[in-house]
Amino acid sequence: MERFVVLEGVAAPLDRSKVDTDQILPARFLRRPRKEGYAQFLFRDWRDDPGFVLNRDAFRAARILVADRNFGGGSSREQAPWALADYGIRCVIAADFGDIFYANALKTGVLPVVLEARVCQALRGALHARPGARMRVDLPAQAVTAPDGATYPFAIDPFHKQCLLEGLDDVGITLQHEAAIAAFESRYRQRFGWLFHGNV
Amino acid sequence: MGRTLYEKVWDAHAIVEGHGGQTLLHVGRHLVHDGSMHAFEFLHERGLKVRRPDQAFATPDHGVSTLVHRIEAIADAEQRRVVQLLARNTRAAGIVHFSLEDPRQGIVHVVGPEQGITQPGLVIVCGDSHTSTHGALGALAFGAGASEITHVLATQTTWQRRSKTMRIAVDGALPEGVTAKDVILAIIARVGANGAAGHVIEYAGTTIRAMSIEERLTVCNMSIEAGARAGMIAPDETTFAYLAGRPYAPAGAAWDEALAYWRTLPSDADARFDAEVSLDATALAPMVTWGNSPEDACPVTGTVPDPAAEADPERRAYLRRTLDYMGLAPGMALTDIAVDQVFIGSCTNARLEDLRAAARVARRGRAKVPVLVSPGSTQVKLAAEKEGLDRVFRAAGFEWRESGCSMCVAMNGDVVPAGKRCASTSNRNFVGRQGKGSRTHLLSPAMAAAAALTGRITDVRTL
Repeated sequence: MERFVVLEGVAAPLDRSKVDTDQILPARFLRRPRKEGYAQFLFRDWRDDPGFVLNRDAFRAARILVADRNFGGGSSREQAPWALADYGIRCVIAADFGDIFYANALKTGVLPVVLEARVCQALRGALHARPGARMRVDLPAQAVTAPDGATYPFAIDPFHKQCLLEGLDDVGITLQHEAAIAAFESRYRQRFGWLFHGNV
Repeated sequence: MGRTLYEKVWDAHAIVEGHGGQTLLHVGRHLVHDGSMHAFEFLHERGLKVRRPDQAFATPDHGVSTLVHRIEAIADAEQRRVVQLLARNTRAAGIVHFSLEDPRQGIVHVVGPEQGITQPGLVIVCGDSHTSTHGALGALAFGAGASEITHVLATQTTWQRRSKTMRIAVDGALPEGVTAKDVILAIIARVGANGAAGHVIEYAGTTIRAMSIEERLTVCNMSIEAGARAGMIAPDETTFAYLAGRPYAPAGAAWDEALAYWRTLPSDADARFDAEVSLDATALAPMVTWGNSPEDACPVTGTVPDPAAEADPERRAYLRRTLDYMGLAPGMALTDIAVDQVFIGSCTNARLEDLRAAARVARRGRAKVPVLVSPGSTQVKLAAEKEGLDRVFRAAGFEWRESGCSMCVAMNGDVVPAGKRCASTSNRNFVGRQGKGSRTHLLSPAMAAAAALTGRITDVRTL
């Protein structure tokens, strides 16, 4: 996973609530091999609209997306954050996220930042007023800096923060607990023996 | 203080309390479908092996043709490739695989309970958001993306933060014509599409207790549509009777041992929940969605909302955009909405009881629009045919197909064309969900069959 420390770049406002994963990455592209990239399929069915925010010159190079309520609800497809990352968007700011999307984004190196709905709204307003304005997302300091210089703190689990800062993949972390896992498995197989000798 | 069902299952699977509130949980059973190829690819790239193949079970569902269950019949080369990859990956790893030709194949969330793989008290993970379905038997079951699935394949564990708990109590007898689907749509309309985010729901109350396991599976299936991490129902005599004799359920002395454990799982009387919601089942009516979020559900006797009457500007913008996409006029009666086609299927509503409910309505007329019926599993299909339900459907002009995810996710060629409107027993009415430009109205199997006979959204109670 690519490290995430401080991100500074163009931020695009997405004035819609309930942006579900079918909008972020439609199901018909899910089978594509990971290496072939998903950038061109991000928000695929909205990209036909010339007025869509990422089709406007000022926002084309967006690295940050400022959304609204309930971003990323729906399916468990990790292809949704892959499409964001492949496009170049490494941070999404919203009032709340779908749980599975949130987890998948962290594993993809896309930082999901929760800010109050009214802050998201004010940020989107500022980005509309100054198209192409830049924002800064500082993970060590856990703060977002708006185009006007105002800063907003955000929360993140220390575990996920560490993974992002170091570009760590959690399989590696987990395998450090091999002894505990093996001991647990042996107890589990004894206690719940029926799971391992069904009648098939 | 007592513990909830969720906390008991959690505690029984916790291996390590990590830093920052994350716990390493053992995964009791891992369910695998044909969308798993990315996870297997990541595993192979890293040179890792499947740690516990005996705790994983696989079946193809998302990409399979519902016309005929043969690999060669999958028209799309990509889809064919991923179904073949599932066979290859599971064979190489030694994972039980109910292949396309196997009579135990089906939608993974139908197959798990049906085969007795899903059991009370287990942590179950699957690379699909509707994994919440399995909570109906008292399991803690949730969906995950490809990287998490790679992690589960490699370690049989998952890092999770303990969720908050929400008890949703539904009490009273369901009125005539009101089903489990209507209950869960009413719950989502009340709680909101992400209203249960960060929570695990426990469904309780006399209505839930009186439900069959198949009805409970429908309720838990759509927990994710309220944003919940999982939905669960405490195991009871109904659960135990359902499991007894199923292929992967314990038998003999092992059954007694399992049963004794399962009886300890229900939430203690003094257990506390972070949120409580209650619903009066006697006041419910058959539900239909009009919009592009499952929370956009209202009784079939209702009307399409009017954006002009909405004070909140964001909500007003959502309504305008949604009515435009859905091709609906503000204030129109839901029963005035004409449909172009009907889909009866999906992990939400394609079990035997669902098909019986649809067939009871289908017996009373003939379809005015194309209807596709896809049973939730090959076992459901065989059982339905034994009862003659296929003949009832065919006589009514409904098309009787093979099992698979089909038109719920529209990845297998079963697609609603752009601009067309589908009355569907599935779980999501998102923009483009059933195909680019498709318009979806979610409802129960009986209501779907009623819409088929009249060609419009119809209150099944008045048919």
